[in-house]
Formats: sequence, C-alpha cells, structure tokens
Amino acid sequence: MNKIKEKLLISVARQIRSDIIDMTYRAGRNGAHIGGSLSMCEILATLYLGVMKIDPENPLDENRDRFVLSKGHGALALYCALKQAGFLTQEDLDAFKKDGSDFWTHPRFIPKKELEFASGSLGMGLSLGAGTALALKRKGLKCRVYVYIGDGECDEGSVWEAASFVSHHKLNNITVIIDENKLQLDAPTKEIVNKDNLSQRWESFGFDIVHVNGHDVSDLMAAFSHRSDKPIAIIAQTVKGKGVSFIENNPAYHMNTLNAEQYKIAKSEQEGK
Amino acid sequence: MKNNSFVTIRSLSLLGQRGTFGKTVCDLAEKNDLIWAMTADQGAGAAVYRFKEKFPDRFLNFGISEQNAIGVCSGLANEGYIPFVAFQSVFTSMRCADQVRVMMSYMKLPVKLVGIFSGLTQGDCGPTHYALQDLALFRSMENIVVLSPSDAFQTEKCVQKAAEIKTPVYLRLGGAINTPIIYKEDFDFEIGKAITLREGTDVAVIATGTMVYNALKAAEKLEGNGISVKIVDMHTIKPLDIEAVKAACSVKLLVTVEEHSVHGGLGGAVAEALALEAKRPPHLIIGVSGDYPHAASYPYLLEQAGLTPEQIALKIQKTYEEICK
Repeated sequence: MNKIKEKLLISVARQIRSDIIDMTYRAGRNGAHIGGSLSMCEILATLYLGVMKIDPENPLDENRDRFVLSKGHGALALYCALKQAGFLTQEDLDAFKKDGSDFWTHPRFIPKKELEFASGSLGMGLSLGAGTALALKRKGLKCRVYVYIGDGECDEGSVWEAASFVSHHKLNNITVIIDENKLQLDAPTKEIVNKDNLSQRWESFGFDIVHVNGHDVSDLMAAFSHRSDKPIAIIAQTVKGKGVSFIENNPAYHMNTLNAEQYKIAKSEQEGK
Repeated sequence: MKNNSFVTIRSLSLLGQRGTFGKTVCDLAEKNDLIWAMTADQGAGAAVYRFKEKFPDRFLNFGISEQNAIGVCSGLANEGYIPFVAFQSVFTSMRCADQVRVMMSYMKLPVKLVGIFSGLTQGDCGPTHYALQDLALFRSMENIVVLSPSDAFQTEKCVQKAAEIKTPVYLRLGGAINTPIIYKEDFDFEIGKAITLREGTDVAVIATGTMVYNALKAAEKLEGNGISVKIVDMHTIKPLDIEAVKAACSVKLLVTVEEHSVHGGLGGAVAEALALEAKRPPHLIIGVSGDYPHAASYPYLLEQAGLTPEQIALKIQKTYEEICK
C-alpha cells in the first residue's frame, strides 16, 4: 500500500475514533457502547475508504460490496465510518441517541444509508451475509460480502450454523472479520467461555484464516486483499477501548458514559496521533 | 389453478397440504425464476424433492439449522428472490423465533415460511413435535401474514398468493395425506377475506385449518338436533377479517375451533377483535388445552384434545343449551 493511502486510512480511523468519543460524551447519561466501537476504527476505516466498492451517490447499486454488522452494538463506530464514507452527515451523528433519530445503539435497516441489515440480536449476521453471498453468486455478481462479528458473539450457536453453511456452499465471496478484543459485556471472554482456540475453530469450519493486527491499516489492507477458494475469516487482534487509556481493556466500558473530565482526557489523548 | 376439475382437486387432497405445497411451488417456479424452495432436513416432509430435481440452483437443504435457514432466506429475499422454506411448524415458530422476529417481522424481509406438521399431526413424536403455539407467536409479530388453509386446494391458492405478495408470510400446514375436501370447485380466494361455508342463525363457528372440516361435520350433527349453525373458514389469521367476525355475531353463541392452543390463536384473535363490541354473543374457544398429551396416534390425540366432530358438536350443544336456559 502506498504511503498516501496509509496516511489517509490512519487519518480516517483517527476521525472515527474522535467522533466516537464526541458522540459518547454527547449521549450524556444514555452512554454508548464505546469500548467495542473503539476496537473497530481501523478496520472500518480500511474497509470503507480502502477496500469496499460502494458509492454514496448510488447506494443500492447491485454491484456494491455488502457490509453486514453482526455485532450490532458496534453501530456507533459504523455511523462514524459512514460519515467518512459519505453516507451519513454530521447532523446524523449529532442526532445519535436523540428521540426521533434513526441512530441509536443498534443499526436500523436503512439500505439507502448503507445500513444493509438491522442487528442487535447477536449471531444473525453471518446467515444474512450467507444468503446475500449466495444470491450474488446466482446473479453472477463479483462483489463481496463482509460480515463483522465480535469474539464474544461467537458464543452464539447460530454463528456456527452459518459458518457450516458458508463453508459447505463454498461461499468464497464472504470475508468474515472476527473482532477479537477479548472482552465481552461481563468480563474477559476467556473467563466466560474460553475462546483461545477461536482461530482453530474457524479454520476447522472450513475457512481460510488470516491473522491481522486490527489496528494496523497496512496489515488490514493486505488481509483484505487476500483471496481464496474458501470463505475467509480475518481474525483481527484488537484492543477494546483502543486509543483511550482508561477505557482500553476495561470491561466497565462495554457500555458507559463519559463525564466532562473523562471526555477532556480522552480527546487530549487523540492529539498528535 | 387452470385445470380445476374435481379430478385435480381430488388428486391434491390425496397429496395433502404438504404435497400440495411441494407441487404448487414447483409449478410456480416453472414460470418465475425468482422462486426458491428450501427445507431444514425435511425434504420428504416438505415434499420438495421434485423441486430439487427440477431447480437444483434454487433449492437448499439447510440441515438441522433452523436459525441459519431464516437468516439465509432473509438474505435471499433482500436480494429480490422469493424464498419458500418449509420445516416443522414447531421449529419454525420456536427454534428460530428471534430470527423470524428480527428479519421477517422487524425488517419485513419477505420470506415465505411454511410450517408443516402443525398441531398434533406428529403425534407419534410426542410433545417436542406438537406445534400448538405457532399461531400465537406469529400473530404477535407485526408485518407477517399468517395463513392457515383448510384443505389441499386452498393450500394451493395460499402458496400462489404467498408468492405474489411482497410481504413475509407464515403458512401453517397440517401433516396428513388423503385429506378431506372442503372446496369441490374453484372459488375466490383473497388473503384476509374469510369464507362463509354455511349459513346459520343460532350458532356461528369460526374455524381454521384442519378444524374447518370437523366444524362442518359438527354443524351437520347440530342441525339434526335443531341448532342452526353458520360456519366461517378463517384461512387468514392475520390480517384477521374483522368484518366477517362481526358478521358472525348475530347469533346466540360464537365458537372458534382450531388445532392449536386455546391461548393466543384464532380464539384469541377473535376475542381481541370483539373486545370493544358492546353487543356480542358469548364466545366458546375450542382448541387444545391442559398439559401436553403424551405421544400417541394423531386420531387418538385429536380425541384426547376433544377435537373430533362429535366432541365439538357436544361442546357446542352443551354451551348453547346453557345459554338458552
């Protein structure tokens, strides 16, 4: 990847992160799913500005790549990425968690705004992505389906029903991103139900595995360019709360608020990055 | 159906509702290449093997993964296909209820979900396979049309309509073959428009699915005892034909009959529709109640549940006589 593109993606990720912090602060006592959203900044920046074929001027183009956010509580990060990609506006972001707004904790089903499916109930995205990918194959379209799944979400049995299906039907137009931030709502994933073998699990289900540092845009660009005759699972090592010292790896920030003091610290930590 | 001779109707009734579904979806797919037919390890039960042979690219067997089935079908529907997916009613309603709620009800993705072996038809498999709550569940999910045909010929019309409309559908089918014929000749079928099969002035029976035939038989017995009975085939549970329900209220006793729990099904739907009516007759809800009956043959279970024509007639007569005292 050239340096200009790398710089662009880093800058976009930084802007996404900054917007996440702003929106969480403005959500006040409503709070937001800030921890898991901060895991996603580089991955979404890379996908939306570096990888996916999408066009805000023609949002329902049949040839677009499809993005399915299975980890619905990551919607905050997705909204911010969609602003960067030109699908949402600052006004949309300002309306976050305001009554009457489309933009709350989990995405609504608004395809025109690049919200391909609603989510929030976990473990459903890969099946939706599989149906989409199969439809694209039948139509002879070459576009890809990206499905973003949390590591905690992999507790859901339905994820593995879908994984079996995707593999059996050789849906190699699917790329699954596993956001392995190693924390779920209550505690570290390994304390709840150990997932040390997550990568082996996906591999044993017939996926081609790519390991990646989920906060390194060059690494991510390389991972997303990988092609295979199998479906691909990108296991992205991420840090929950990445970029804000007191949120990083802190289970208390799966869903939390920021007060004025915390906001100031969080924002100051973004400077110079 | 073009060839709607009695011979054709008779052959559908021999197939039963499941076989009729399999045949009809195949017929539709000949003319419409958007139609898919799928199952979750119920290929024979759902009668989709002929479809598989003729249209292998539009057939899927999900195996025993009902949640994934709804997700994949929703993805296909979102891309413009018309996916029919058929497996046991008990699992369409329970195993993947959250997927149905999120994808078909909330997102309105037009999957055509076909529940086979509804009610007590899989009696030999026992309580795990009885589907007695599906109407209650799907009725409470907005945006899903809920169809419950009374015979094979009506099943064919339901499948045709389900393919036409752009909304999600739950189609509730019984399990039996060689089923009774209600409609001996072609008839107008419209979703949400109940069909009055028989006029009567003392009692009005609104029935659905397999119980329409039993209600008709019960009405014959009651007529012999001097009770005049109106019979309404409520093939669409949602949207409910409220006008037909109100029109059935000019009697001394209103009855609903269904092969479903007495809670939340047709009986519940009718009671809700009439809740604000100042003048309405008492309403007898006949269905399955009480603890789960142990596994047994289908006819035996229907009798245990009090759903044979004789038992239905008896319940109606007893209640009617109490009211008229």
